Amino acid sequence: MTKDECKKLVLDIIADIAPDEDLSNVKPEVRLRDQLQLDSMDFLDIVMELRKRHGIEVPEKDYVQLASLDSCAEYLTPKFDALAGKN
Amino acid sequence: MSSSRIVITGVGLTAPNGNSLAEFRANLLAGVAGIERMEIRYMGSQLAGVCHFDALRHQKKKEVRVGTRAGSISIYCAREALADSGIAWDAVPKDRVGIYIGCTEHGNVETENEIYNISKFNYDTKFWSHYHNPRTVANNPAGETSLNLGVTGPSYTIGAACAAGNMGLIHATQMLRLGEVDLAICGGVSESIHTFGIFAGFKSQNALATHEDPHKASRPFDKARNGIVISEGGALYTLERLDDAQKRGAKIYAEIAGYHVNSDASDYVLPNPTRQAECIRSALSRAKLEPRDIHIVNTHATATPLGDIQECEAIRAVFGEGCPDTSINNTKSYIGHCMGAAGALELAGNLPSFDDLVVHPTINVDDLDPQCALPGLVLNQPRKVEKVDTILNNSFGMLGINSTLIVKRFVP
Repeated sequence: MTKDECKKLVLDIIADIAPDEDLSNVKPEVRLRDQLQLDSMDFLDIVMELRKRHGIEVPEKDYVQLASLDSCAEYLTPKFDALAGKN
Repeated sequence: MSSSRIVITGVGLTAPNGNSLAEFRANLLAGVAGIERMEIRYMGSQLAGVCHFDALRHQKKKEVRVGTRAGSISIYCAREALADSGIAWDAVPKDRVGIYIGCTEHGNVETENEIYNISKFNYDTKFWSHYHNPRTVANNPAGETSLNLGVTGPSYTIGAACAAGNMGLIHATQMLRLGEVDLAICGGVSESIHTFGIFAGFKSQNALATHEDPHKASRPFDKARNGIVISEGGALYTLERLDDAQKRGAKIYAEIAGYHVNSDASDYVLPNPTRQAECIRSALSRAKLEPRDIHIVNTHATATPLGDIQECEAIRAVFGEGCPDTSINNTKSYIGHCMGAAGALELAGNLPSFDDLVVHPTINVDDLDPQCALPGLVLNQPRKVEKVDTILNNSFGMLGINSTLIVKRFVP
């Protein structure tokens, strides 16, 4: 999986949990909370949807890795790759 | 606070046959019911009263996604009531507003949904939603409304089974009289059609209505009635002390004349006509009215074989034969049983009678049960009357809670 593909999967989740937000101009390097109306419950939603949709676990100590799209891609792409390798 | 007189100044509602008082009332006079078939989890197609209001009129998509159906119904009704009241909402001190919402139950829908959700994941509870607790706390519908409106005064629900709609108005009246708040948003809501448990429970009680024509399924007082049609809905009102309402030149729908709440203390589910009659009499006494002074009695009757007869017994005991100007009707014949919303919606459907002097009928009575043949029962066709100055609204609930609310035409 490329990092861009990973960002797209994260954006797909955000589109569902924050349906009022315009996601067309999300800046990958900027913290999601600084450009979108997302609260701590929404971040738990991202964690839950990663678990439900993709079987990926994000332990609480790693939540900080979900701060921006770039950091999501850095953190999650190897996890996606590891899962793909398993399959 | 200088006035103990409490008046209704705004109405917001959603019913299975209307999303505003005007639409609801027009359908009550035209004999238009609002029952349909709905797929219920584990049970298949069932009859239900479904509301078709636009939740996005007053909520963001995210609010709808995170919140509950009861929350959406409450917010819709509250916003519509405030708009109807004409109050300058932006200028209202939000800490002086109370939200009092009657509920039959809350949390069944959301709990069932989560159990169904984790059943798809081998019942692994790590898939249980972190929204479960805010969705299922008993104050959820009122809490979501306070969030949406920015109300910082007291906001909570009142659990009173199917007497809850009346209870919302009664509690608001008490709080306004105590000076706890200056404006109350109150009434009742229900999301009950989204829980299979309510359907299954009534079915196990042999109390769930069946009929090939959904609109004919809810038939209180008919000999062939065979149970309850479960419905969702809501009706919330703005209540104010009279002097506050007059100060701002508010339109006044009605004045609270009297009320009473009591308990049967006799059975989990069976009604008690003696206690019901006591409740009605006490409400009349508080309103300083005699039975013959009541022009409309809106019954609670849910179309169960026994329950209708028992309420009729209570009404007969109070109103007897000496009340020639008393008309009696029932609203569930159109919309089914809206549970926590029932009392509040049923009152709303009758309020326009103060202006148009028409009593909406009880529909679906093809063969009147002689045990339900009350004098003054308005059957199948609206009745034009000479005078409507008072409306008495009954709402009774399981575990034997009874509520009677009387409103009267506002006379300065």
